[in-house]
Order: sequence, then C-alpha cells, then structure tokens
Amino acid sequence: MNKDDFLLAVEGLTVSFDGFKAVDDLSFYLEPQEIRVIIGPNGAGKTTVLDLICGKTRATAGSIRFRGKELTKMKEHQIVHAGVGRKFQNPSVFEDLTVFENLEVSYPMGHTVMGSLAFKRDAAVIEAVESVARTIFLHDLLAEPAGLLSHGQKQWLEIGMLLIQKPALLMLDEPVAGMSVAERKKTAELLRVITRDHTVLVIEHDMQFVGDIADRVTVMHQGKVLSEGSIDHVKNDPRVIEVYLGH
Amino acid sequence: MKSSSPLSWLKSREGLYYLALALLLVVILPLALDPFRLNMVGKYLTYAFVAIGLVMCWGKAGILSLGQGVFFGLGGYCMAMFLKLEASTPEATAHQSTPGIPDFMDWNQVTALPWFWEPFHSFSFTLIAVLLVPGLLAFIIGVAMFKRRVSGVYFAIITQAIASILTILIIGQQGYTGGVNGITDLQTLMGWSIRTDAAKTTLYFVGVGTLFVCLFVARWVQNSKFGRILVAMRDQENRVRFSGYDVAAFKIFIFCLAAMFAGVGGALFTLQVGFMSPSFVGIVPSIEMVVFCALGGRYSLLGGVYGALLVNAAKSGFSESFPELWPYAMGALFIGVVLAFPNGLAGLYRRYVMPLEDRLFSRKPAARPARPEPARREDKTLPDHLSVEKP
Repeated sequence: MNKDDFLLAVEGLTVSFDGFKAVDDLSFYLEPQEIRVIIGPNGAGKTTVLDLICGKTRATAGSIRFRGKELTKMKEHQIVHAGVGRKFQNPSVFEDLTVFENLEVSYPMGHTVMGSLAFKRDAAVIEAVESVARTIFLHDLLAEPAGLLSHGQKQWLEIGMLLIQKPALLMLDEPVAGMSVAERKKTAELLRVITRDHTVLVIEHDMQFVGDIADRVTVMHQGKVLSEGSIDHVKNDPRVIEVYLGH
Repeated sequence: MKSSSPLSWLKSREGLYYLALALLLVVILPLALDPFRLNMVGKYLTYAFVAIGLVMCWGKAGILSLGQGVFFGLGGYCMAMFLKLEASTPEATAHQSTPGIPDFMDWNQVTALPWFWEPFHSFSFTLIAVLLVPGLLAFIIGVAMFKRRVSGVYFAIITQAIASILTILIIGQQGYTGGVNGITDLQTLMGWSIRTDAAKTTLYFVGVGTLFVCLFVARWVQNSKFGRILVAMRDQENRVRFSGYDVAAFKIFIFCLAAMFAGVGGALFTLQVGFMSPSFVGIVPSIEMVVFCALGGRYSLLGGVYGALLVNAAKSGFSESFPELWPYAMGALFIGVVLAFPNGLAGLYRRYVMPLEDRLFSRKPAARPARPEPARREDKTLPDHLSVEKP
C-alpha cells in the first residue's frame, strides 16, 4: 500500500523541546473511516501528536501526509481547510457568543476577511446549524451564550463546531474527561454516531470507552509507539501492562 | 438577514440611542452653546473617531493599542500639510528667502519643498492620504506584529514605542515637519477661511456627519460575521485559528480600520483647531485616548463617543481651574474605571438605566425580534462577566 493511500500517514515524526524529545521518531497510519484511539501514561506525548498534526506545534523532523498533502509545512487554518478538525482537551468555545453563533462561526463559509463581512445567514446555514445542534443535544439552547453551558455541554458544542466543518479527520482530545456519568453515556452515544461517517483519532484514558469505540489502539510511551493493534492485542501486551494498564 | 427598513431600526432601542446622540449633537448642543464652546465640542468629537476605532480594536477584538495618537497625528498632519501649502503662496511668503514654501522650512534653511510635500497641493490626494497613510502604517505594523503572533501587553508596548518614535521623528526633522511647534497658522481651506465662527460651526456639523458615517461603518462591521469572529478571537484565539481562520488577517483588518478612523479624526481636528503639533501624537495623548474609550465603555460604540466627549470636557473644565491637577484626576478616573466599573459608562447604563427604561416604557426586556435569527444579544455592549446575567 502506497503511503498516500492512507488518509493520514505519520512517519518519523519527532519534536524536541530544548533537547527533550516529546515525540520521538513516531510513525503510524490511519485508514479512511478508521477509529483510532491513542492511549498511554501522562507525558507520553499523546496531545503533542495532535498538536503536530493540526499545526499548533511544528515538527522538528518527520512527515505528516494527509490525503497526499504534507501538513508539516502548512499553516493552521490551511490544515483545517485541508480537512482536519481538532477538539482541545479543555473545552474551548466562544463564551460571549451564543450556541448558534459558535456553530455559525465554524460553518465552512466566509472564512476570509471579506467573506466574513459579506456573509449572509441564509437558510442553508440555519439548517446546518440546527441539524448539528440536534446531534449534539443543544437544539433547545441555540440562543444561549455558550458561557452559560455546563462543562459537558461545552464539550459537545466544541464537537459540534468540528462536525459542522465536515472534516475528513476528526481529532478529539479526551472528549469525556470531566464529565458526569450521564454526560459520559450521552457522549459515547454521540461519538458512536459521529464515528459512523468520519475518520476519528481520539485520545482517551477510559479503557471501557476505548474498547467500545476503537478499531485500533496505539499505545504511546515516552514519545514512541509502544504497541499497536486491536484493543485485545494491546490489553494483553506485557509492555503495555507494565507501563500503563498495570498502574 | 435584516429585512427591517431603516425606519423600523430607528424605532428599535438601539436606533433610539443613535437618534438621541444625533439630537444631542445636531440640535441641543448647537442651540445651547456659543460658537467658541461648540468648537470645543467639535474638537472633542474628533477624539470620538479614535474611540470608535478603539472599541472595535480593543473592546471587540481584544487588541489594545497604546499608539492611536500616531494615526490621529498622521491624519492631522496630512490635512495640515495641505492647509499649510495653501497658506504658503509665493505672494504671502514674499519676504522669505525662498518664497512659496512653508515658513518653518524657510526658518530652517530648507530651500525647496521636499518631495513628500508635493502631492499635498492636491485636496483629493490629501483626502485619500488622510485615510491611507494611517491605514498603510497600521497595515505594516499589523503584518509585522500579528503574523508573528505578537499580542497583548507586548503589542501595546510596541505601539507605545511607535508613538514615541514618531514624536521624536517629527520634533527632530524640524525643517520638514515644523518640529515641536507643529504646523501652525492655517487659515483657509480652498479659499474658505476656517478661522471664523461660522466656519467653525460648519466644520462642527461636518464632523458630526462624518462621525455618524464612521459609526455606521463600525456598526455594520460589528454586526457582520466578521464582528462575531472578532469577539470569538478575544475569547479563544486558538479555537478561531483551528476553525480555519487566518487570525492575523482579521487582526490586521480591524487594526487598519481603527487607524483610518483615527486618521479621519485627526484631519478634522486640524480643521477645527487650525494647527497640528507633535503634542497630539505621542504617548500621553495615545493613553488618554484609551482612557476615553475605557470610561465610555470599551464594548460600546456609543459609549466610546460619550467617553471622548465627557473626558475631554472634564479635561477642559479641570484645566481651566486647576491645570496641574488634571493628570492626577485622569489617573484617578482610570483607576476608578478599572476597579469600579470595568465596562465604563455604557456598562453602568446597561446595568442601572436600562432596567429603568424597561419599566418606564414597559418594554419586555426579552422581547426580541422573532426567529429565524436566534436572539443575538444586541451588540451595544457585549456581555462580559458583568452583563451576562439575563435581564
């Protein structure tokens, strides 16, 4: 298989912060429609991998190819337009805007200065916003300022802001962290809907949740891939048990 | 998305506030004040242009510039150069060693008009320059800073340094700029004397008209999706970036717009006052401009206008009686704003006066135009920690 046949091909990816290699010669490949979960102990470099893919952090060496494009050379907004959506660990929504406006800002139109000045809120926009709002359980709260939402609702809103971009690859950093049990259940349900028609790269700690959704699991440790395969494969890998699951 | 006619907008609450301002500036003040005082109000109003720009740039987008005096000054100098050339006809300057050039050049042994003064013989060029010179400098600063992601305090300090540099440059290049005295003795605009009371009153109304044009431009920008993105950037710059926006381009645009507003204010200032000098360019005036905006309410366009009017009126009043105390009074005012009412007068108005209005006119606070558009909190003052609560 040629590496451009993968949706995402990460090869030899390295980033060093003042000599400390947070990600060290990392390679992995995502196939279209795959649900991949990255797990690993704290400090393994999981979030840094997402930062590198979405352009927040620049790689020291290595390549990230996404649908035939080299992402390491592109600017953040260009990476978004190429089709990569990223959700941050802490919910980052626009608290002073309403839920509707939050989704509207993420709608993939009017993204230039002039485009945004000329942007019209037409029926297509309203429909897209309402449809996503239903998916993320916030349909009744469209007029609320996002600052008034609960922690879990903010997480959903941010996921919704990604969905409305229609990304080819969706990257979620600990989507259920800090959620109540009920919210967790709903989020799992939400992710199952999303994963039906997106390629998803998730960082998660909740092994139950990982087992539920993952096609394949990549275990990271000290910036490197420790193990990769099905959930059962990694669960039974003695090195994984040693550094991660055993704790 | 707004199908409502301009007339129905004027009946809306926001429209009424604009109407009230128009009434105050066009009817009440001209009737109540003598031409001297009205001219002073005209001078204060030129600062309102800067305040509107700061509301957009600082209040909405979170970009604090401590160098708006630079753009105000550039606009003012452009206008002053035109007026000075008009005043320096060969006949009027026949006694100089080089007739036909501005007097201060002659005093400084400059014997020919510098090249960059030449185009200012043309009034249309001058009008364009009033917008473009500040706009261009803002663009260069914006590209240099925002593309490198310089922001917050660092950006503020750099703009302040630029204000300082420009002042030093103007003072140092006396032969080309008039130095510390500035460009003075401006008499006529295309043959029309600007020093008479009648002319000053006319200029006042021109200023008010231009101010409303700028207000409507600003209002249009802030009500567009662009305006929402500015607010979004202030909240979560990274989220905006990772929603696919080139954040730097948005910042550059709004910074240029604010600079152009300031330039227009500066040009009108020169016309109202009859001279331009580096004392309106440097660090102190630039910080004063931020104070107008903070006091009026940095999230509110109209708040900015009232802030500029009130602080300047207070400054004149204070300076007439206790000139040496004014800097302390202004400092106290600023501390007061920051500590007691961070949203300025507009914030206080929203909090205390608007509920009264609701009761008086039995408006239902929640009555917002019915769908399809979700109830956007109207943008007069954008909510922050004080005004998020539901009315």
